[in-house]
Amino acid sequence: MGQHNGWLRKGRIVDAEITLRVDGAERRLTVDTRTTLLDALRERLGITSPKKGCDHGQCGACTLLLDGRRVNSCLALAVAYDGSEIITAEGLAENGELHPLQRAFVEHDGYQCGYCTPGQIVSALGMLDEAEAGWPSHVTEDLNVEEIVLDDEEIRERMSGNLCRCAAYANIVPAIREVSDR
Amino acid sequence: MRPYAYVRAHDVEGAVATLAEAPNAAFLAGGTNLVDLMKLGVETPDVLVDVRRLTSDRVEDLEDGGLRVGAAVPNSVLAADRKVRTRYPALSQALLVGASGQLRNLATTGGNLLQRTRCVYFYDTTTPCNKREPGSGCSAIEGHNKNHAILGSSEHCVATHPSDMAVAMAALDAFVNVLGPDGERRIPIEDLHRLPGDEPQRDTILEHCELITSVDLPPLRFLSNSKYRKVRERASYAFALVSVAAALDVEDGVVRDIRIALGGVAHKPWRATKAEETLRGEPASEENFRAAAEIELEDAEPLRDNAFKVPLARNVMVRTLLELSEER
Repeated sequence: MGQHNGWLRKGRIVDAEITLRVDGAERRLTVDTRTTLLDALRERLGITSPKKGCDHGQCGACTLLLDGRRVNSCLALAVAYDGSEIITAEGLAENGELHPLQRAFVEHDGYQCGYCTPGQIVSALGMLDEAEAGWPSHVTEDLNVEEIVLDDEEIRERMSGNLCRCAAYANIVPAIREVSDR
Repeated sequence: MRPYAYVRAHDVEGAVATLAEAPNAAFLAGGTNLVDLMKLGVETPDVLVDVRRLTSDRVEDLEDGGLRVGAAVPNSVLAADRKVRTRYPALSQALLVGASGQLRNLATTGGNLLQRTRCVYFYDTTTPCNKREPGSGCSAIEGHNKNHAILGSSEHCVATHPSDMAVAMAALDAFVNVLGPDGERRIPIEDLHRLPGDEPQRDTILEHCELITSVDLPPLRFLSNSKYRKVRERASYAFALVSVAAALDVEDGVVRDIRIALGGVAHKPWRATKAEETLRGEPASEENFRAAAEIELEDAEPLRDNAFKVPLARNVMVRTLLELSEER
């Protein structure tokens, strides 16, 4: 070992080369090792649908799918996820057609200012997969249940990591339920 | 954020060796707490050794009938594991009632155990804090201390341990497997976290370069009759004011065996051994549960803002044990 000793000089900025697959396209970039996935996407790749709300993992505006699972991208260091597959709200539409979740948010008016919306939609997408896989939640009555039924209470609990300061929850819940019921 | 070198070791031994040489280095797993603390300047490592892909991310059967949980198993995956749900429901429940869906997907088993307190003064670098800056003083003792400890605190620190998962593991008598420069050791989870004493900067007994590689859950059958109950200020996505993990083995109305651990009340998951001893061999009644809870809380020393935690902890203990005795 001892290979890192040269890097320990105080204050020295360290760069790393990484490759990310974002919304189906391979992107190579050089990042300061301190860069979060959120900043790499927004500031370096111009992908601005993941939003910076709190930058501390408390609001969910930066939610994206990382190798298929929803995460807070503000707490994930880009260098640690070299080679990962990322899906953002921008990558959900197909052939110019909105994703069913996006359409449902429009139809149910599931937002006011819209800032939390991309995070809400991507989080809902990840959440529906979790429910499909039979993952229980805190409000699931029987922990050993085989099939999850997403009622309003379940949706609210599972989406509690996405805050909406406009409090559009009353419309967000039915929008998600419409898609989960299909 | 202070610049740092990012290192991905080839194996766990290499990761441990790297930390052994670098006194200011840190292991990185899910990063949900560490990266946040680095942004705030509370943690300032000069080297990050990424161990997320080095330790196991599987839940496996042990020969003795227990389960081994790899340190890299995400909190979400552990909560949903079928064997955990059936054999250790308190652990699933504790994980599901912590953080959010997104955070549980990033956060790992090892990292969850090593998360730091959420004491506001620990996070606020403009205020004194003995845990962040030893010798600077404790701002919480005379400050806002509603969320702080009622048991086992010291004049130097009244912070609480924030993990729900660790409280359940304490009640389940889990063992933590750790790798150091001299090899592996196996630590009863009860001994992993420590009380603040005069070294509140040390949350655990681990040495700087020791790495958690897995957690073992014991094969005790009655742990399938276990439960986690958490009281918090929001219905979801909030840390515990008080929580209780308990497992109960009742036969013919008498307590054969019992495990109780409390969260939100101390610098570590608080194993309620006094209450357990009081109840073993006694009738499983509300009256006895209440008496045992009161004995456990006799030593409570609440602060200005958190006296409510004493009756709250008692009531949550009683309710949890009653539910466990009724469900048998």
